[in-house]
Amino acid sequence: MAGLWWLMFGISLFVTAVIVVLVLWAATRRRRPGVRARMDTGQRYVTITGIILPAIVLVLVYVISLPTLRAIGDPKDPDQLTIDLLGHQWWWEVSYPGSGVVTANEIHMPTGRTVHLRLRTADVNHSFWAPQLNVKTDLVAGRTNHLWLRTDRPGVYRGQRAEYCGLQHARMAFHVVAQPPAEFAAWLTGQARPAPAPPGGLAAQGLRVLESGSCASCHAVRGTTANGRIGPDLTHLASRRYLAAGTVPNTRGYLGGWISNSQTIKPGNRMPPQPLGSEQLQALIAYLETLR
Amino acid sequence: MIFLFATPMSFGFGNFLLPLLLGTRDMAFPRLNAFTYWVFTFAGVILFSSLLFGRAPNGGWFAYVPLTGPKYQPGINMDVYSLGLLFLGVSTTSGSINFIATSLKLRAPGMTLNRVPIFVWALVVTAFLLIFALPPLNTANAMLFLDRRFGTRFFQPDAGGDVVLWQHLFWLFGHPDVYIIVLPALGIVSAIIPTFSRRPIMAYPLLVLAMVAVGIISFGVWVHHMFAVGLPQLSLTFFSAASMIVTIPSGIQMFAWVGTMLMGRVVLGVPMMWAMGFLVVFVIGGVTGVMFGIVPFDQQVTDSYFVVAHFHYVLFGGAVFPVIGGVFYWWPKTTGRLTGVRGGQWSFWLVFAGFNLTFFPMHISGLLGMPRRVYTYPGGLDWDLWNLLSSLGAYLLLAGLLVTLGTFAHSLWKGAQAPPDPWGGETLEWATASPPRPYNFPVIPTVHSVHPLWDQGSLDSFAEGARFKDRVLAEGHELLVTSELDAEPEVALEMPEHTPVPFFTAVSLFLAVLGLLLGVYVLAVAAGVVAVLVIGRWLWPRWSRREAGHAPGEKARETAERDAAAEQEAEKEKTEKGAGA
Amino acid sequence: MTATGEWVPIRPVGPAPPHGKPPSGRTPAWWGMVLFITTEATIFACLLGSYFYIRFSTAGPWPPGGIKDPELSKPLIMTVLLLSSSGPMVWADLAVRRGRTAQLRAGLAFTLALGAAFLGLQATEYATKLGEFVWSTNVYGSLFYVITGFHGLHVIVGLVMLVFVTIAALAGKLGSRHHERVRLVAFYWHFVDAVWITILFTIYLSPHL
Repeated sequence: MAGLWWLMFGISLFVTAVIVVLVLWAATRRRRPGVRARMDTGQRYVTITGIILPAIVLVLVYVISLPTLRAIGDPKDPDQLTIDLLGHQWWWEVSYPGSGVVTANEIHMPTGRTVHLRLRTADVNHSFWAPQLNVKTDLVAGRTNHLWLRTDRPGVYRGQRAEYCGLQHARMAFHVVAQPPAEFAAWLTGQARPAPAPPGGLAAQGLRVLESGSCASCHAVRGTTANGRIGPDLTHLASRRYLAAGTVPNTRGYLGGWISNSQTIKPGNRMPPQPLGSEQLQALIAYLETLR
Repeated sequence: MIFLFATPMSFGFGNFLLPLLLGTRDMAFPRLNAFTYWVFTFAGVILFSSLLFGRAPNGGWFAYVPLTGPKYQPGINMDVYSLGLLFLGVSTTSGSINFIATSLKLRAPGMTLNRVPIFVWALVVTAFLLIFALPPLNTANAMLFLDRRFGTRFFQPDAGGDVVLWQHLFWLFGHPDVYIIVLPALGIVSAIIPTFSRRPIMAYPLLVLAMVAVGIISFGVWVHHMFAVGLPQLSLTFFSAASMIVTIPSGIQMFAWVGTMLMGRVVLGVPMMWAMGFLVVFVIGGVTGVMFGIVPFDQQVTDSYFVVAHFHYVLFGGAVFPVIGGVFYWWPKTTGRLTGVRGGQWSFWLVFAGFNLTFFPMHISGLLGMPRRVYTYPGGLDWDLWNLLSSLGAYLLLAGLLVTLGTFAHSLWKGAQAPPDPWGGETLEWATASPPRPYNFPVIPTVHSVHPLWDQGSLDSFAEGARFKDRVLAEGHELLVTSELDAEPEVALEMPEHTPVPFFTAVSLFLAVLGLLLGVYVLAVAAGVVAVLVIGRWLWPRWSRREAGHAPGEKARETAERDAAAEQEAEKEKTEKGAGA
Repeated sequence: MTATGEWVPIRPVGPAPPHGKPPSGRTPAWWGMVLFITTEATIFACLLGSYFYIRFSTAGPWPPGGIKDPELSKPLIMTVLLLSSSGPMVWADLAVRRGRTAQLRAGLAFTLALGAAFLGLQATEYATKLGEFVWSTNVYGSLFYVITGFHGLHVIVGLVMLVFVTIAALAGKLGSRHHERVRLVAFYWHFVDAVWITILFTIYLSPHL
């Protein structure tokens, strides 16, 4: 992929340079007054420079590109990890089939192993793009698309949706967290567990706020009565790095701000402002922070 | 920008220049032309006034369903888009038909197909593209409107509909539209470069072939806008190959222009500076365009700022530079005034610098992963510097465009009087007064080459033609119809008189569209009926003035025979003269 | 004199045409009508293309949603009506060029009657179909009604054109030197007929294949 890019870059640079030099030369050279413009049609010159040479270069680039095209398709690797990705306006639902794990906006994957992403959308078209990992693939309404990722370097890679999907198209990022296989397995086991019971006190009060308030109608926390499917699954919210699809970091301050009035952070998102008293809000945050 | 400026802008140039370049007096259908103009105006009113009411279309220019469907965009906004574009399509289609019919039937005698100016070829190919490319767009928009308003299910997956159908139909229009925008501009460049290189354009037949080829191939590459949709790989390889082939005709044109300059004597007039700026910018847009033909690369950078940079190099560099150059070039012909050279040079350099500063950094921010259509982004992603440069460039670009406007305003205000041919041009428009009289040419010339103003035979034909009744056509509003291929004179036609009928037709259609848009279907139907009646009035058979006076037949044939005899005599005289020389 | 009514020919130019025939060569209006029909035909191609695109990307039976395969008897009668209407149109066109006004009027009247009969039958066809499914039932319903309805609209436009030339013929405005309108209306009418064949194949016959 990188080799292909540098090849194209080099050819482009060369072609551009040739044209620029020729144009400048034609424009600036001084011709003796006696020299008349040459009047032949120049058909042969244009045939060679305009048809034959470009055709050779184009065929070359095209042929060189074909293996790369094959490489981004299905690698037919039997040991694939399948992850389901469901696009929403404007966040990503990530689930790991067979493990019961559902999370949002953060895709954990093991290094050194092919990951097969199944891309679907709950509403409008989206597009999955992690620039450092792989090419774009759209999430198209009524279809399932497939994408294969593989990386050997652990790290956090930022990605963003790339097909215009409405008001908050700009704030619909995600993070791909590539981890060594053991670490990934530990993470998956952790995520598969239901939410821990609150240690008591403020956090227990927070759980009551969550279950009795409007939160539960949209959000799910496995292990509690909250089972809404409209917003992201919050079971392990505190383990995630960002809130609201990469919009703000997941800190206490932003979390509180987001709950009380998310519209000031990401105008137009589907979550209405929550008129909670400060005590209730504090309790709720305390509970959410236990969801590791 | 695309629908109301870039696409129709060629029609402005075409309407004024086509009859002049062809050596005739008007378009083939002048009243249809008026209708085209009014429909364009009213469609523009619909689309732009939606901004005032806060109901502007809000689904992006390619308006992908389901985002634009009834579920996710309630309200009238996307109806403005679909109906407005359908209405605009009426104007564009009738304009295209007019261009083609004019170019086929109204060329000056002797302007055989291989003597037609390249700019005319460009306009004709563009018009043909529109004839075939608008139907998919119109079909898609009609389906969208029906989905939104009357509950059909074309784009609703839960009822068997298919959202990718929209993308196919849209890009089946959308890619040819790129050439609809660029081809007339390339035609302008092909008009400017020979004039300022002091020699005819190089490889004329190849250039014409290239334009026709680009028109045809452009219908086979639409899928390269959809490489990330998840289509089968085999079809991707096909469309990838087609997308690479489409660059070859552009290569032909590029080297023909550069070769013309190299073999000629370049005069650095202001229009020529714009044409040269175009060459440099367009080649950059071209090489990045080739990259988009490579599927894996396309999938990486599509919908990123890289694509924004690419299409601005193609559309701003490829269309706006030549258009401004073309305005400078034909300004003296249109207004009868010369433009200031200093102002023109400043405007060029400011726009050139501002343009590159705005759009070049976008290549880099795109490669760094910045997606397009975002109104904000978090800091710390290495995009900040490039966006800052782009913003600065935008101000510079604005300054340049203001200087350009100022130059034109100054020319109107106190510019020097323009002679008929200020640049030493090669085509027929320079043979008549600046600005041209309403009849364009007092005498219809006979064309002997592709650059009639540079060959003595064509120049002499203005004087020779005065002896023939069918060239002077002085008995009222008349013009000459010639054959399609060889431009042999066929018949003289009388032009229609002034009439408000096209305007009323456009108004009634405007009301019909408004009725549909606002859901007042009674108004829509009533206005539609009125439109039919007005068109009936428009097309009611007329008798020519002369016909009303006396029976034609015999007398017409006598006149014709007399003219034919005179012409034969003139031919003989010329061959004798030629032999003498 | 032309279908778009732009130009009136006043005299032939060049050598006189043989046998006193009017000058040969196509008029701008001829091209106007041909190009208009071309762009219209492309719209129909897009509609039918959409039909096949959706059909072949649909898994399961076609038509979907338990809709029966379309009945063939009525559409075939409609086809016969519409195709036979091209005959009197050709006849009327020949008549006007030879200045036979009575024949022209008769030909136009025949064409009008056959076209109207086609529309009448289509109305009864819709009446039965609407009982079974409507355009919002599913995408098949949308395709069926929009494609046949769009063609029906073209038949109506063709009929309006025919009424127009009939009135002009009755007013004595058409004759051997003023015949192009009839020919261009005939072009449009033949086009409407030809498109029906493709619709017959797509909508009515292809589900049986």
